[in-house]
Amino acid sequence: MAVIAEPVVQAPRASLLSRALENRSFLGSLFMLPAILILVLFLAYPLALGFWLGLTDTSIGGTGHYVGIANFVSLAKDSVFWLSVFNTIFYTVTASVVKFAIGLYLAVLLNERLPFKSILRAIVLLPFVVPTVLSAIAFWWIYDSQFSIISWVLIKAGLIHNYIEFLGDPWNARWSVVVANIWRGVPFVAITLLAGLQTISPSLYEAANLDGATNWQRFRYITLPMLSPIIAVVMTFSVLMTFTDFQLIYTITRGGPINATHLMATLSFQRAITGGHLGEGAAISNAMIPFLVAAILLSFFGLQRTRWQQGGRD
Amino acid sequence: MSSVHIRDVRKSFGGFEVLHGVTVPIEDGEFVVLVGPSGCGKSTLLRMLAGLENITSGTISIGERVVNNVQPKERDIAMVFQNYALYPHMTVGENMGFSLKLRGASTSEINKRVQRAAEILALTPLLERYPRQLSGGQRQRVAMGRAIVRDPQVFLFDEPLSNLDAKLRVAMRTEIKELHQRLKTTTVYVTHDQIEAMTMADKIVVMHDGIVEQIGSPLDLYDKPDNQFVAGFIGSPAMNFLKGKVAVNGTASFEGPNGVKLPLKSAPANSNGQAVVYGVRPEHFTIADDGADAEIIVVEPTGSETQVYAKLGGEQVVAVFRERHQFNPGDKVKLKPDPSLVHLFDETTGKRL
Repeated sequence: MAVIAEPVVQAPRASLLSRALENRSFLGSLFMLPAILILVLFLAYPLALGFWLGLTDTSIGGTGHYVGIANFVSLAKDSVFWLSVFNTIFYTVTASVVKFAIGLYLAVLLNERLPFKSILRAIVLLPFVVPTVLSAIAFWWIYDSQFSIISWVLIKAGLIHNYIEFLGDPWNARWSVVVANIWRGVPFVAITLLAGLQTISPSLYEAANLDGATNWQRFRYITLPMLSPIIAVVMTFSVLMTFTDFQLIYTITRGGPINATHLMATLSFQRAITGGHLGEGAAISNAMIPFLVAAILLSFFGLQRTRWQQGGRD
Repeated sequence: MSSVHIRDVRKSFGGFEVLHGVTVPIEDGEFVVLVGPSGCGKSTLLRMLAGLENITSGTISIGERVVNNVQPKERDIAMVFQNYALYPHMTVGENMGFSLKLRGASTSEINKRVQRAAEILALTPLLERYPRQLSGGQRQRVAMGRAIVRDPQVFLFDEPLSNLDAKLRVAMRTEIKELHQRLKTTTVYVTHDQIEAMTMADKIVVMHDGIVEQIGSPLDLYDKPDNQFVAGFIGSPAMNFLKGKVAVNGTASFEGPNGVKLPLKSAPANSNGQAVVYGVRPEHFTIADDGADAEIIVVEPTGSETQVYAKLGGEQVVAVFRERHQFNPGDKVKLKPDPSLVHLFDETTGKRL
């Protein structure tokens, strides 16, 4: 019996490349490649290197050896390190609380019908626009022991008789850098909260007004709860940025006097770059990670959408 | 419950006057609808009544009290907003009880009144939900519930149905009317939809460009519109208007465009040759041998009735028939308006003659 082979009609074979480009997962990976490269090169690799350095005794100009947690053990006995931890927490907490209060106040104010509103908003943004180092230098002058404008004004006004040692006394210095940080950080909080306020429908306030709410009750029952998701985001960012601050301190006090304003970031830089002990400096940086993770986790759980924000029907 | 009197009220934004002396009397327990095209000032008037806008001049009184300088919360009114304005972070129950909570009412009192309002509106199973979890119609009912709970002197509604789909709108229309019949609270309702106005109102206030064109019961406005604007605004499809003049030659008639002659029951005294606008509602046309020649353009059957667009004396008119004629585009028919139901308006002033 003769078997007649059926002629098989074959589509012309597409090249391997053009077939691969039709493949969703291949194409997806291809598009992600640049982003992955950037993340690995500039984030993952430095982070991993920092971890590793923290476990070595590397110094500038020398190859290091693995020393385990020896750096952390010595830091635990280092009073300067613990002072920097205290300073960092003090700096972060006080500055963040005040930034939130002033930022919220300004946001509510700017959300009202004001004359020259757009100009006022632009002015509020100014501290954010000026490069940090420039504003730090300005503060350095303002706090100068001989040329401080604050001292000068107070003396001319007859309120004090001697120039204030803004940066010479430990607590004065701490408060001085906190004030500089607040000045620098308020615009971010204010403008972000203002954006949040503008998403609240005016008819809610009108309804509350008809329902008999006073100004304070409108703020307490409408503004604050409606704003809470944005408050959580903006304060997380604010805390992270304040905790890792470097520029202001390094420009104004370099950590002085007697380490009174050293933050973990500035101490890390001082030990690693100025002092040459890369391993120890990296260990100080690594010690910041638990605090930052805690802050992020706190906001992560705080940020979980509350019940009223969840969409859908049941 | 309370009467409301709006007397010669004017409103300017900057130097621009949007309400030019509006007077509306509202009786105790009445359902009054402010209707007009967008920009006529009806919403502004309602917001002035609520206290959300200042009164430039004139007076508004609720009951015996002039409320021009009374804070919104002191006016004892409740308002249902177009977008409902429910507080998204509060449950249905909390939304409804919010005003009582602000007044410092006890929890048991709040619960009692919220429960009662929820029963009236069939919201009881939804009290624990958040506005996001509700459908449009349910949110609408919550907004009404929030108003009912307060047991105010006056209910204000600002286009409350315009965010709902057509079917739900009809259902809610009936629901609001039923609610009013039950509670008998004085209600002021703003809409741009004349069908809503016709179906719900005890009294309609037709507004246009910041003035009141006419106040009256729905059927009064339909049967005896004071002017051409009201005639064209009330009724759907809208009244047909033909320009022409009155001819009195033994019997009165109307001479329209291109020599078309239409019947008049009677002509106003000394009106021979007067330039007028002849108004006839689509449902007042009949097919008759002594009608005017017309040519059918489009036929739109809706089932219960058929809308026929036709050229009459070169002008397009629309006629509505309940009976089923066999019409096709291009057909020649003879259309005759019912002379006793025809309206005549002065061509220049638009006033009814």
